[in-house]
Amino acid sequence: MTTDIQRTQTERSYPSYAAPLWRRVLLTREFAIITLLLVVFFYSRSEVPNFDGPLTIYYLLLDVAPILLIALPMTLIIITGEIDLSVASIVGLSSVLVGDLHQGGMSIPMAAFIAIVVGILCGAFNGFLIAYVGLPSLAVTIGTLALYRGLAVGLLGTTAVTDFPEKWTDLAKQRIGESSYPLIIIPIIVLAILFVLLLHFTSFGRGVFDIGLNDEAAHFSGVNVARTKFLLFVMAGAVSAFAGIYFTLRFGSARGDNATGLELQVIAAVLLGGVSIFGGRGALHGVLAGVLLIGVLSSALRLDDVSANVINIIIGLLLVASVMSTSFLSFVSRTTAGMKRRATDGSPERQRASAHHEGNKS
Amino acid sequence: MTASGSVALELVQVRKSFGPVVALRSGSLRVTSGSIHALVGENGAGKSTLVKIVAGLYQRDGGDLLLHGQSVDFSSTAASKAAGIAVIYQEPTLFPDLSVTENLFMGRQPVGAGRRIDRKAMHDEALSLFKRLGVNLDPRRLAEGLSIADQQIIEIAKAISLDASVLIMDEPTAALSGVEVDRLFAVARSLRDEGRALVFISHRFDEVFDLCDTVTVMRDGEYISTDAIAETTSAQIVAKMVGREVGELFPKTPATIGEPVLTVSKLERAGVFHDVSFEVRSGEIVALAGLVGAGRSEIARAIFGVDAYDSGTVTINGTTVPGRKPRAAIQAGMGFVPEDRRQQGLVTEASVAHNVASVIRSKLSKLGLITRSSENKAAGPWSGRLEVKTNALDMHATTMSGGNQQKVVIAKWLATNPSLLIIDEPTRGIDVGTKSEVHRLISELAGQGMAILMISSELPEVLGMADRVLVVHEGRITADIDRADATPERVMTAATNTLGATA
Repeated sequence: MTTDIQRTQTERSYPSYAAPLWRRVLLTREFAIITLLLVVFFYSRSEVPNFDGPLTIYYLLLDVAPILLIALPMTLIIITGEIDLSVASIVGLSSVLVGDLHQGGMSIPMAAFIAIVVGILCGAFNGFLIAYVGLPSLAVTIGTLALYRGLAVGLLGTTAVTDFPEKWTDLAKQRIGESSYPLIIIPIIVLAILFVLLLHFTSFGRGVFDIGLNDEAAHFSGVNVARTKFLLFVMAGAVSAFAGIYFTLRFGSARGDNATGLELQVIAAVLLGGVSIFGGRGALHGVLAGVLLIGVLSSALRLDDVSANVINIIIGLLLVASVMSTSFLSFVSRTTAGMKRRATDGSPERQRASAHHEGNKS
Repeated sequence: MTASGSVALELVQVRKSFGPVVALRSGSLRVTSGSIHALVGENGAGKSTLVKIVAGLYQRDGGDLLLHGQSVDFSSTAASKAAGIAVIYQEPTLFPDLSVTENLFMGRQPVGAGRRIDRKAMHDEALSLFKRLGVNLDPRRLAEGLSIADQQIIEIAKAISLDASVLIMDEPTAALSGVEVDRLFAVARSLRDEGRALVFISHRFDEVFDLCDTVTVMRDGEYISTDAIAETTSAQIVAKMVGREVGELFPKTPATIGEPVLTVSKLERAGVFHDVSFEVRSGEIVALAGLVGAGRSEIARAIFGVDAYDSGTVTINGTTVPGRKPRAAIQAGMGFVPEDRRQQGLVTEASVAHNVASVIRSKLSKLGLITRSSENKAAGPWSGRLEVKTNALDMHATTMSGGNQQKVVIAKWLATNPSLLIIDEPTRGIDVGTKSEVHRLISELAGQGMAILMISSELPEVLGMADRVLVVHEGRITADIDRADATPERVMTAATNTLGATA
């Protein structure tokens, strides 16, 4: 059967984009964050003493690695309109498991494997309650934040496991050849590419945005809303567990309270990167820039002898300003679009009038 | 209250623009006390803008607004309310967690000694209001779960307790059942007899003729005419509303009816629908008719799999479709244009291309990857075929008119090349011009062999389009009427009576 509709007149064709390329690229949150990152980076290189030293980039990347990792699945979760507050507790649990199992005589790779399986189970438990039982993610993950952290502290108590083989702790701090880049950025780059493809270039990723914008319409279009959410929480669990293994080896210490509060740093970076907390909007390149911006800024300020409290204040203000800038950018975008429309096209009045009418009614 | 017959509310050439968009060019209306005045017009004619100016939600750019002969300016809804104007919207917004009484007195609770809220006085007043309106509502119950009809009654009671002299009802009957409409009309008439002025906005002419004394027609933001109801006909009103002759409203073209495409057998969901069995053949348009709330949409949603059902089978082209799996239904060849296009049909905040391509993504993917340009390439022709009005494919659907949004929804499903298209209320909230476009399209699709299952609350649409009418009453199919035998009387009898006609 064919559904071609025969029309005598020629069919209307449409341009793909209403705005020119420069506007679609320049007037975005992501672009603003990337610019800010570059400005702060190059300013610090020239003005902040020791920032251009060979080890600055190295330590900076070592420090932000767990945030970079967890921000990837967190971005997708926030775009669906959910949130995962339990990620740092999964990091802690994974860290303790590696330490505990290693102390019990298990090899590091085996212990790491088990830690990742447990991370997946933790994520699946979150995902099951949220996607299939239908509980709100905020409540569920506040609960599991305490639950997983409790398990972590319960396993090791207040002690720490620190006798990890040097082979493995060195690997976590290994550099790529003679460069100032740590080895950890390779798995980060691989995962980042995978998540970018998943979010921006697959039908699964399109569904993620649909769920965040209108989950009912997504359901009506055949998007499997529950399965999508479930898988995202599983991914968050797995990546958090991996970050936990890295965390443990990098500091050579497995403790129940490792990475406490990391979830808020991750969420702050994701929001700074232009992801809407209401879901439906965001892009991974913005998030990566957001994480790095926080990293560069705190590193530069630390080198400039600014105290940790002041650094927190500055990063907090930056986040507030960036959230406020969304409204500012959309205002600019609307105004320039309006000017352009008036200049080029006089006809859409009727259409706009009725749209307005409809919009107000609902 | 002013005497009956005097002019209560008058608008003279009121103008309102939003930036470059003129929503109201010249709105005029003259409502007398003790009468019910109908205000009709297509979507986008400016009725709602006019109402919002009277309600104090918008400020007019020009023209006069007079209340009881005096020029007034409402800077806020509170000012309008204080002047004795009440607007009852299609879907009132009550506080669901508060009681009926608390909703009635929101923001103006009577206070007793020590500025404490006098609950007893509130309760007594609420009771007497409901008694006066002749409705049976418990003032103590929570607003949550009240029907829209009851919520409207609460809004009306609120208006009366404020002693409003002008009541404006914006499409109050759109979501009401027959009995509820009757009750609302009884209340409206008693308010008229008390000497209040009522403005009634509706798309249903039978109601306008049943209830109103005078009718004002608007078109394209302008006043067209005012007539006494007794001196006009619905045909005249339609001609004025549209400004042109509405040719074939339902251009049904003959189609060859072939093999069964959809077979529904003994579909059952406790408390919602029972023993639903029917077939839709290729090239056939089958309409599910019935009253609002009869279970028509629920049946359609269950067939498509967005809702669950308890027992029964749905078969399409010989394959049984599992329940509760829209994706399986889509793969089997079903498309579903839902009732609420803003909430269910579209992701309004996403682009046209995103929406049109949203169901065929897996087909557009290469090696599992999908690009925006492949979406644009697929969405462009479909948007063109349906003549979607948009500047570019990346424009969001939010700013589009209802008719245009509906075209996007239909384009999205046609792109899947379905063998069965379910359309729930194909033309609800769509202006007359686009309406006939949609009808022509449905007819053409059937002509090409698609099976169509249409749900419609508009009887003329059902009778004009359908090859066969299935009437649903309280979750059961009570009649199966062929096109040749379908008359309004037969359909309505079956829709209102359980033991009604069987074909």
